[in-house]
Amino acid sequence: MTEHSFIESSNNIRHKIIETAFQCGESSHLGGALSMVDILSVLFGNVLKYDTSNLTSPDRDIFILSKGHCVLGYYAAMNCFGLMSNEVFETFQKDGSHLIAHPIKNLELGIESSNGSLGQGLSFGLGMALGMRLDNRTDRSVYIMMGDGECNEGSVWESAASAAEFNVDNLVAIVDVNGLRNDGVNNTYNGVIDFKNIWRSFGWHVLEVDGHDHAALLSAFNEAESHEKNPSVILAKTIKGRGVSFMEDNNDWHHNRITAKTYEQILEEWGCHD
Amino acid sequence: MISIDKRKARAWSRMGPRAVYGQFLLEMAREDSRVLALSADLGRSSGLAAFSKELPSQFFNTGIAEQNLVGISSGLARMDFKVFSTTFAPFASLRAGDQVRMNLGYMQEPVNLVALASGFALGFLGNSHFGIEDVAVMRAIPGLTIVSPADCFEMYKCLNAAKNLDSPVYIRLTGGVGMPVVYEEDYDYQIGKAEVLRPINSVTIVSHGTTVGHALKAVAELEADGISVGLVNMHTIKPLDEEVLNQVLDKSDHVMVFEEHTVVGGLGSAILEYKNDNQQQSKALVHRHGARDCFPKTGGYDYMLETLGLNSAGIQRAVREVISDN
Repeated sequence: MTEHSFIESSNNIRHKIIETAFQCGESSHLGGALSMVDILSVLFGNVLKYDTSNLTSPDRDIFILSKGHCVLGYYAAMNCFGLMSNEVFETFQKDGSHLIAHPIKNLELGIESSNGSLGQGLSFGLGMALGMRLDNRTDRSVYIMMGDGECNEGSVWESAASAAEFNVDNLVAIVDVNGLRNDGVNNTYNGVIDFKNIWRSFGWHVLEVDGHDHAALLSAFNEAESHEKNPSVILAKTIKGRGVSFMEDNNDWHHNRITAKTYEQILEEWGCHD
Repeated sequence: MISIDKRKARAWSRMGPRAVYGQFLLEMAREDSRVLALSADLGRSSGLAAFSKELPSQFFNTGIAEQNLVGISSGLARMDFKVFSTTFAPFASLRAGDQVRMNLGYMQEPVNLVALASGFALGFLGNSHFGIEDVAVMRAIPGLTIVSPADCFEMYKCLNAAKNLDSPVYIRLTGGVGMPVVYEEDYDYQIGKAEVLRPINSVTIVSHGTTVGHALKAVAELEADGISVGLVNMHTIKPLDEEVLNQVLDKSDHVMVFEEHTVVGGLGSAILEYKNDNQQQSKALVHRHGARDCFPKTGGYDYMLETLGLNSAGIQRAVREVISDN
């Protein structure tokens, strides 16, 4: 994909997030969904192997949204790249729908795992990566999308240690480092603790990247994919709420509802009224 | 396949369930390369030392990290491996409880989670290591099968049955070295199908795990005194064998449940709930025997069973009390 088409798909995904959040009429986790959009554009646009006509293909890569509450960004990306129909996507946060505020495993729909309880995706993905290695399927990889807030969970570090110990190199973790958690700034990694060095000392191959720079993301994914002997983590520095001026770095939009007035305001800002 | 005779049953009893578990699993993994053994650093305590030497690629020590154990196990199970994962009961059920809930419950990943030395088997290690709430926790998670084999041979039957189930199973092992033998010959074991070991009577004992062996001895001694008591091995705690349970609740005046667990949420509670919801006409009184709602004073395994009334003497005493009260 070209830089132009990455920008186009990111815009498209952000538009789908906002429109769907508005249409469902409920609060949704907007900040963390918007912060990972550019990462998903590159991942679904140029990195992940999948077959839109056979979502359970035995040759597919695995994507797990460990920061499960940001599911709207994930579904919008699936819809954008042809992995999810409009009919399914439009049921987001409707009563009785399969698509709620956290992913629910549904292999037919291409959703690999149930999440929402943070800090669990990495061990699960590590198990799948080990399974691929046992089956000599080193052509397949597992990608886990996490948040820096999620990395407060101790279970993340149990998995991180194990993945390095087992020398798994078909496992790529991406941390959407937007710096904010539910209550505000993620002070755990904002002071004396150097987030990058934790991963490094846990034995991971660490790549730091601007999480809104498509070219930089793509080269990080390529490097992670070709790296051997230990797992890679991409620490993608992002802005929570990216793409809507008043949502950027504003934690009021961690989980909130888009009213008709706000919706109009966003369309206006994006120049969608021409 | 492993066969059984009287001599083998006694040898297994002398080895205890953990050593035998490792031996059985090695046998299963030799026959089927998709069988994997995982442990949260209790490989040796699961009798898996020989397994890890002979089949290193089928063995994983996930570290002293039970949440990680359950997560990795679930990912491997998703990749169609037959996964058997061990840790002690409180760590499996409570430390990693949320992982069990999400991965085995919500996602239905077909992991066989094996709780070593549940109940009071760890004696002097004390309440930090006892499995006294695990049945309650696992029963509360939708979609789990819970089995509690009575002896080593039943454990073998159970491991094989669980291996062929495409759904998650919590396998609760109790007993230690010298555990009682219940089965000396082959029999038809099915998950969810209770074994009526002595005909259902006005007093019927319902139990699971190695307590069944202690109850068997108690029943034989009571019989010698002319007291006939029924005995059911309810080796599957979830789902309950409703057919057998209906017969018990229909024919018995006293249903006496003995288990290495607190009386909160175990098999006794499950039977009370079942009776309340489905057999309201039953006149049977359900007596729950186990630890009361407490962390009991600790000693060796025999001391625990003695003080909690869960050995054959205690079971006999409780039965005689119920009969003399009538």
